[in-house]
Amino acid sequence: MAILEVSDINKRFGGLKALDKVELSVEEGTVHAIIGPNGAGKSTLLNCFVGRLAPDSGTVTFKGKSLLGLQPHEINQAGVSRVFQTPEIFEDLSVLDNVMIPAFAKADGAFKFNAWHRISRRAEVRDEASDLLEEVGLADQSKMICSALSRGDKRRLELAMCLIQHPKLLLLDEPTAGMSRADTNNTIDLLKKIGERGITKVIIEHDMHVVFSLATTISVLAQGTVIAEGKPEDIKGDPRVQEAYLGGVHQ
Amino acid sequence: MLGKSARADWILLIVFSVLVLTAPITLTPIGAGYPDLLQKFAIYGIFAIGFNILFGLTGYLSFGHAAFLGVGSYSAVWMFKLFTMNAIPAVMFSLLMAGLFALLIGYVSLRRSGIYFSIITLAFAQMSYNLAYSVLSPITNGETGLQVRQLAPADRGPDYVLKLVDEDLRWVDQAFGVVEEGIPITNLFGLKMSGYPGFYFSAVLLILAFYIAMRITRSNFGMMLKAIKSNQNRLQYTGVNTRPYLLAAFVISGMYAGLAGSLLAVTDPLAGAERMQWTASGEVVLMTILGGAGTLVGPVLGGMIIKGLGSLFSSYNENILNQFFSFLPEPVREVAVGISALFVGEGWELTLGLMFMIIVIFVPGGILQGFTNIIRMFRRKKPNPAPAKSEA
Ligand SMILES: Nc1ncnc2c1ncn2[C@@H]1O[C@H](COP(=O)(O)OP(=O)(O)O)[C@@H](O)[C@H]1O
Ligand SMILES: [Mg+2]
Repeated sequence: MAILEVSDINKRFGGLKALDKVELSVEEGTVHAIIGPNGAGKSTLLNCFVGRLAPDSGTVTFKGKSLLGLQPHEINQAGVSRVFQTPEIFEDLSVLDNVMIPAFAKADGAFKFNAWHRISRRAEVRDEASDLLEEVGLADQSKMICSALSRGDKRRLELAMCLIQHPKLLLLDEPTAGMSRADTNNTIDLLKKIGERGITKVIIEHDMHVVFSLATTISVLAQGTVIAEGKPEDIKGDPRVQEAYLGGVHQ
Repeated sequence: MLGKSARADWILLIVFSVLVLTAPITLTPIGAGYPDLLQKFAIYGIFAIGFNILFGLTGYLSFGHAAFLGVGSYSAVWMFKLFTMNAIPAVMFSLLMAGLFALLIGYVSLRRSGIYFSIITLAFAQMSYNLAYSVLSPITNGETGLQVRQLAPADRGPDYVLKLVDEDLRWVDQAFGVVEEGIPITNLFGLKMSGYPGFYFSAVLLILAFYIAMRITRSNFGMMLKAIKSNQNRLQYTGVNTRPYLLAAFVISGMYAGLAGSLLAVTDPLAGAERMQWTASGEVVLMTILGGAGTLVGPVLGGMIIKGLGSLFSSYNENILNQFFSFLPEPVREVAVGISALFVGEGWELTLGLMFMIIVIFVPGGILQGFTNIIRMFRRKKPNPAPAKSEA
């Protein structure tokens, strides 16, 4: 069953047609990769899912309900969490607080004034956050202020922030961009491990090594349109994809 | 871990309370031990603590908080005029009115952030200030200011025209048969709110205000406010509707200002529009930043420094300066007095400006941060350094 259904999305920036009749269907439990050259419209598409951008026309349906017109916090409350292309974290707060806040946000996001329940659920949430930090390899940094983290660590932290919310759909925008080979491999392992939780993932990625290690389905976006879609083996051999994208990388 | 930080908070609260309650003794040697000034410290401490809940935690810089101070004062004086000179109902009513006002202004101004938010709050405060002088004169008594007056005559005929700004009713006091000679002063169930009792009334409320601010800072709610300051965008994509959180912080902080305003009226039952002027709004910004925005103790410290040094420096004049520099030979003394005269009396604001610049440039975290840095420097020299405690 499709958990996310996108049909006929169009988005213009002035004269530029960033998305042109995009159709996409993400099956529940899959890892769906969206690949394509720089400027193809991948981030724009993701922005349309989470309410950062409103498409000019088309529909975005998540679990049978339209996401269009919803506020970003409402979309998150519906079960969609997102990792940004440049890590978006709470730089002035500690690593542990960064992971605890999304947990409270999930519970209290609709605004609950619980100033007087300082300890309510805190111990429980703290334990879960600590476990997650252990899992993403940030346990030793948990008391650090985030601005001191390396870029790779910030990405891992952002991932932990999303995971503590137990999302139904996780959107990742280039989770390994700017990482070293070793860090990239760590992230692949981490994402594989998360895969065991059965969270549906949409992943935008440049690195073919990452894509072919993780994806179960691949859509290729070029100049705002989906030019091919299928299993990794099929995409690898598709001449149109070779031309539009893979060829360029291997040169 | 949880137990440890909770214990640190209790220690901080106890130390703070002891310092506040013993201030009449400890501040006497430096000449600041008299009730009037102490009361000012306590009142502006409350104002700054409340301001910090908004500015220090969420990063939203309001330039109109004096409006709530003014609303608090007017509300308190009206309670004195209409019902009773007892301070408690006045304080309650001020909290309520300031809260309502803040809800209204906050609802509108929080549609924007950054400089636009600051400008909107400033505009609202200036509007209140101007309205108090003009349209709202029947409530504020315009330029004269609203004051506690003598009672209207008891045997008023049917065609007697009651002018409420000039004559008072004090229904509750009258019902209890309180006899008034001249213009009465405020009380707490009979205890006159002047001198040290007046200070202790404000002091207890300061401690309570400090405690509540501490609970807010440490709560989940406080954590959300800090997250708003750090990255509001991320917080929204994390599922938080930030507006109600901001509005709650704005209203709480407005109520703190209202409380401070009502205490000003308890000290001296008079409310004037100048209390809402933009300079008063700016002063609380200076206090908070000078002492240390985002910390619990910093704003109180900033309030004390500005109010304390203010009253000290404004009281200096050329005679005092001449005495001070009397050890210098005549021509040099004249130059020294001439230069330093610029910074005292009316020129106190020049000193304040310089001080503010120096602090912001060299210790951007505020005076409290400066202290913490010094303490850390000493600790580092010891063989077993204790981990430095942050966020005092
Ligand atoms: N907010 C915006 N305003 C104007 N143009 C934009 C905006 N966002 C993206 N674009 C343009 O849309 C195209 C697609 O961008 P993007 O979705 O970021 O590509 P990708 O993530 O695939 O590299 C690019 O040409 C980019 O310059
Ligand atoms: Mg992109």
